Amino acid sequence: MACGICHSFTDDGRCVSLFKILMTNHCIYDCAYCVNRRSNDRARATFTPQEIVDLTIEFYRRNYIEGLFLSSGVIKSPDFTMERMVEVAKKLRKEENYNGYIHLKAIPGASSKLIQEAGIWADRLSVNMEIPTEPNLKKLAPEKNYPDIIHPMGQIRDSILVAKEERKKYRKAPRFAPAGQSTQLIVGATPETDREIILLSAGLYQKQKLKRVYFSGYLPVNVYDKRLPAITRPPLVRENRLYQSDWLMRFYRYKAEEILSEDQPFLDLDVDPKLGYALRNMHLFPVDINRADYEMILRVPGIGVQSAQKIILARKHRRLTLLHLKKLGIVMKRAKYFITTNELPASFSDWEPKRLKHKLLSEMNSKFKNTMDTQLKLFTEFKPVLPTLH
Amino acid sequence: MKIYTYDNSFEGLLTAVFECYRRKDFPVDICSRMGEQRYLFVESIDIDTDPKKAERVWKGIQSKLSGKNKQLLFYAFLSEEQGIEMKIYRFLRRLFSGHLNLETDYGDSDVLYLTQTAQKVKKEAMRMLQFVRFQRTKDGLFFCGIEPRYDVIPLILDHYKKRFTDQLWLIYDLQRNYGIYYDRDKVEEVEISKKQFNTYNGQVKEASLDQGEDFYQKLWRSYFKHVSIEERKNLRLQRQHMPRRFWRYLPEKQQSN
Repeated sequence: MACGICHSFTDDGRCVSLFKILMTNHCIYDCAYCVNRRSNDRARATFTPQEIVDLTIEFYRRNYIEGLFLSSGVIKSPDFTMERMVEVAKKLRKEENYNGYIHLKAIPGASSKLIQEAGIWADRLSVNMEIPTEPNLKKLAPEKNYPDIIHPMGQIRDSILVAKEERKKYRKAPRFAPAGQSTQLIVGATPETDREIILLSAGLYQKQKLKRVYFSGYLPVNVYDKRLPAITRPPLVRENRLYQSDWLMRFYRYKAEEILSEDQPFLDLDVDPKLGYALRNMHLFPVDINRADYEMILRVPGIGVQSAQKIILARKHRRLTLLHLKKLGIVMKRAKYFITTNELPASFSDWEPKRLKHKLLSEMNSKFKNTMDTQLKLFTEFKPVLPTLH
Repeated sequence: MKIYTYDNSFEGLLTAVFECYRRKDFPVDICSRMGEQRYLFVESIDIDTDPKKAERVWKGIQSKLSGKNKQLLFYAFLSEEQGIEMKIYRFLRRLFSGHLNLETDYGDSDVLYLTQTAQKVKKEAMRMLQFVRFQRTKDGLFFCGIEPRYDVIPLILDHYKKRFTDQLWLIYDLQRNYGIYYDRDKVEEVEISKKQFNTYNGQVKEASLDQGEDFYQKLWRSYFKHVSIEERKNLRLQRQHMPRRFWRYLPEKQQSN
């Protein structure tokens, strides 16, 4: 099965895999962070379900897309909107015999019956949490509430589990959102710390059994609204660090508490979280490449999952040397400070963490990145490690 | 000093390997008989491709390689890299002499090279799943012309057959001048003599295009333009994922309109 084929890439470097649209940009709500809030004077338009079906099919036939990603502003009521979205998915499956991918957004507050039907036709369902904590959601979108979001998430989780169990017994049992559930959090519109976001994320993966949590750096819109932070650029570096942390938890077997703690609730913008962990835990290094277990090899900065797996397999045949590691594609510039192959005396392991961080940073090109991230000056809990450049 | 020459096909290479074992030879090189003469003072033995002999070698390989690595040597061969034959031959000698799990011995430079080359070929095949864009012709055929770096058309056949079961489609390799055609029943290898398309960018000539085609290309271009977020512009990242050599096939990257 070909998962997530990207058919094109936007000018901002993101993958275009799906036909990703709003059914309508009319909306009855007035959320502060949204460009389509009802108090904004904007051109508004609505697709008919048939129009969406036709476009999806014609793009799909030409191999422009893998499938449809359908979201929407809320027109008249959550149920009125959700019903039409479900109709699009149903038409694609039943009238067009379409077997491609469908991702439907579940509108918070829609009836259980509609959510249930959505799961029959769609591959993936998602309910956007947007704001990481309820009080802050209430500040920016007083018409919304957490129960309306959490309830459908729970229903979807349970229906997915039930369908999976049924399919184990009977091959012909109906599917329910076989590609699972996901959600999105807006980063930087509200003052939650990275630690709160990561802990929430870990909880969503474990308790709500989500497949993915997406982070979206807040794009400054609606500058007239004083409830929003007055930034001029989206916090892209912070967003990137959060995704890196997400990857560490899902693929590198890190626990949330290992990445951030109470006395460091924000991710370092200068260094990626993996390197940050290594610098805080120098006593665990150097790692003997030929002897250490898989989990420890995964923690070496400069060694990714693929390389770690190759090391484990290759060292069964022969002792690995630094030259072997370089050929395997390990970033030696970083890894050399954290590993040993018993070829040379341990000359690289006696670095003091602050000095090592400084050395690694000066070797990388990212020294200008922290000037781009203006987000942090606003929320006073944060203490910068290095003086910010002005 | 002996060299073996073969017909540049994978079956031919496997036949040559069979012959090496049968004659108890270890040639200095195995190369295509059509290639340029690189050796002066050697004895050259020409090998005729024999499907039965190739099959025996292939079965031997299959029994010794693990699941996902069974196609390793075939992918590596498709790369058409200089000297790939000898690397494959040395690998096979070690494989048949009883070395267990040979495909994970990344410390051996041949094993690593073959793995990395096979990876490159798989990546190019992936690109053929990503950047193939069909155009609908007047006869209802969905056509695409593309120029892959390696000969990966055999690898993408199944994907398109499964996905577009109810439409007529044709994918053509502009450089190697052959393609595959699906008639709603089976896939056939074809060669087109009277080309109704531009051999540089694979675009079907306007006279043969379906009426609605231009409309859908316009819609796609518009969608592509509006999906981009100006504040997050990163052209280097875009080029990294979508190399420039593919741009001439993509409606959204074409200069016209």
